[in-house]
Amino acid sequence: MRTPFIAKNPSVLIFLLALAAFTITVTILSEGFGIGVISTSFIKTLGKTLCLCLIAVAMDLVWGFTGILSLGHFAFFGLGGYMIGMWLMYERTRLIVTEALMQGQIPPTEVEIIDGIGSQIFGVVGSNEFPLIWSFADSLGLQLLLVLLVPGVLALVFGWLAFRSRVTGVYLSILTQAMTLALALYLFQNDSGLRGNNGLSGLQNLPGVGASQAVVSMWFFLASALALALGYMLAAWIVSGKFGSVIRGIRDNETRVRFLGYSVEAFKLAVFTLTACIAAIAGALYYPQAGIINPAEIVPIASIYLAVWVAIGGRGRLYGAVIGAGFVSLISTWFTGGQAPDIALGIYTIKWVDWWLVLLGLSFVGVTLFAPNGIGGLFDLFKKGSKT
Amino acid sequence: MSTLLEVSGVSVSFDGFKAINNLSFQIAETELRAVIGPNGAGKTTFMDIVTGKTRPNEGRVIWGEKSISLLRMSEAQIARAGIGRKFQKPTVFEDQTVRENFLMALKKERGVLAVLLFRPSPADLARVDELADEVGLASELSRLAGELSHGQKQWLEIGMLLAQEPRLLLVDEPAAGMTPEEREHTSALLVAAAKTRAVVVVEHDMEFVRRLDCKVTVLHEGAVLAEGSLDHVTANSDVIDVYLGR
Repeated sequence: MRTPFIAKNPSVLIFLLALAAFTITVTILSEGFGIGVISTSFIKTLGKTLCLCLIAVAMDLVWGFTGILSLGHFAFFGLGGYMIGMWLMYERTRLIVTEALMQGQIPPTEVEIIDGIGSQIFGVVGSNEFPLIWSFADSLGLQLLLVLLVPGVLALVFGWLAFRSRVTGVYLSILTQAMTLALALYLFQNDSGLRGNNGLSGLQNLPGVGASQAVVSMWFFLASALALALGYMLAAWIVSGKFGSVIRGIRDNETRVRFLGYSVEAFKLAVFTLTACIAAIAGALYYPQAGIINPAEIVPIASIYLAVWVAIGGRGRLYGAVIGAGFVSLISTWFTGGQAPDIALGIYTIKWVDWWLVLLGLSFVGVTLFAPNGIGGLFDLFKKGSKT
Repeated sequence: MSTLLEVSGVSVSFDGFKAINNLSFQIAETELRAVIGPNGAGKTTFMDIVTGKTRPNEGRVIWGEKSISLLRMSEAQIARAGIGRKFQKPTVFEDQTVRENFLMALKKERGVLAVLLFRPSPADLARVDELADEVGLASELSRLAGELSHGQKQWLEIGMLLAQEPRLLLVDEPAAGMTPEEREHTSALLVAAAKTRAVVVVEHDMEFVRRLDCKVTVLHEGAVLAEGSLDHVTANSDVIDVYLGR
């Protein structure tokens, strides 16, 4: 009687097949698991890109479908990264400190080890005491829970306050931006407990795991691909039913939805919090591949880029968000990494490292003006063409 | 017949301007009522108060046999209590199909989780077909609501209101911008709807009101000026002065 979800949504199946084909190809070409055509550092770039695609899916859910232009979702992404980073840094430092102290004549006491870890981690900000927020850093399980809990609760409280007061549109965008800026400024302080502007580093090393970076990078790449696939399916399932109807209704006319008897605030809060959690998972997978996280990652511009990716890819369609994030962030790496050839114009040389942002800005304006459906909109042309 | 909605002594002012001035109004459980009045008489503000969009400065709005006050409830809660509202401009979800519009309006659990897990049963889909048939949109179910004509959008919205199964239907200028045939269909829909529930129609067009053939309330400067049959109120000299005489 009931058609299966996948059959009703062929684009989900196509997306999953494309993602699987991409993942298998990269795996075969990788250094860690395959023939070694793709370097480990590029594997990390690809893995990070998949995480960015995942947060773009979250952004599409909250902006493209529900109409909440959040300019703060990178705060949740960053917090997810910080939470996993705390365990990675603590555990690795503990192993190193314990090993070093074992060289001594007398075996070290528990207190000596803790003090050693503390001064190793916090020496850089002139402290050797563990702040309270590191209470659970020795437990992987608890820190993984915090990856979801900290951003989730922040989104819940922030969203409740904002939506309850009926803050909408550009005012809400400004508010979300203020939130991520406030968080970044707080984390920049040395006594924030998260090493100020130094951030957390050495996250690429999995403590107690002997595998080489070539192999570890593949683990994270595959985990990122899996997370993207699951996140995409979840998002597609959410928007496919009546919930999708209601949130698109909220986007287009929230007053009308209210008079239908739906509590608009509750729906917005649910989407905002859920997408914050998805963003946090993406961040928790991203930063171990990046190796370092610091407060500069969550300044408002990062979240604005996210909105630009989704707009260029085509909002209101999940694959559009993935295409936008993947395409723009990869091409951005290429331009800003100094690989793009400079253009000599005689009197002036266009250096892409500087001019890339101008190009990105122009394409954002161009997409907004001439192709409101973004790159993803091209698929509609294709669909229409095949019908006739 | 028992009273479904009772508005008594309600006043609202916006920046000193009294939009509603000590207004009292009652409607029975199954009744069709037309509300007429010149521009600025407070017709739309009246609807805003009943549906929770505007909070009055004073007065009471009492609902149902349990005599609940609507003044402390949110718009969504009032809608769930059984008051449906149709706005002046047709507001349907243009980006979605007619069927999706109906499904969203169908009387069901409105909670986040219930909506997330909702999948339409064959009975729900049959009910949508029935409603679509009733308002004359049976052949348009799979079309986007945005592609419908102006009149069809109005009917879709009326159909969505019926899907909500409200006990009171507030309809703001349903005939605006319609062709004569569309008006006839619309008035028939409203008369039929009022057989099982209370319907309040705000309308400018006297011909349309005459066709509804019901009790009429004339508003002027935020208060009731006259009440009775259309012939009765149009014979009232106050009404002629402020409204019809112009």
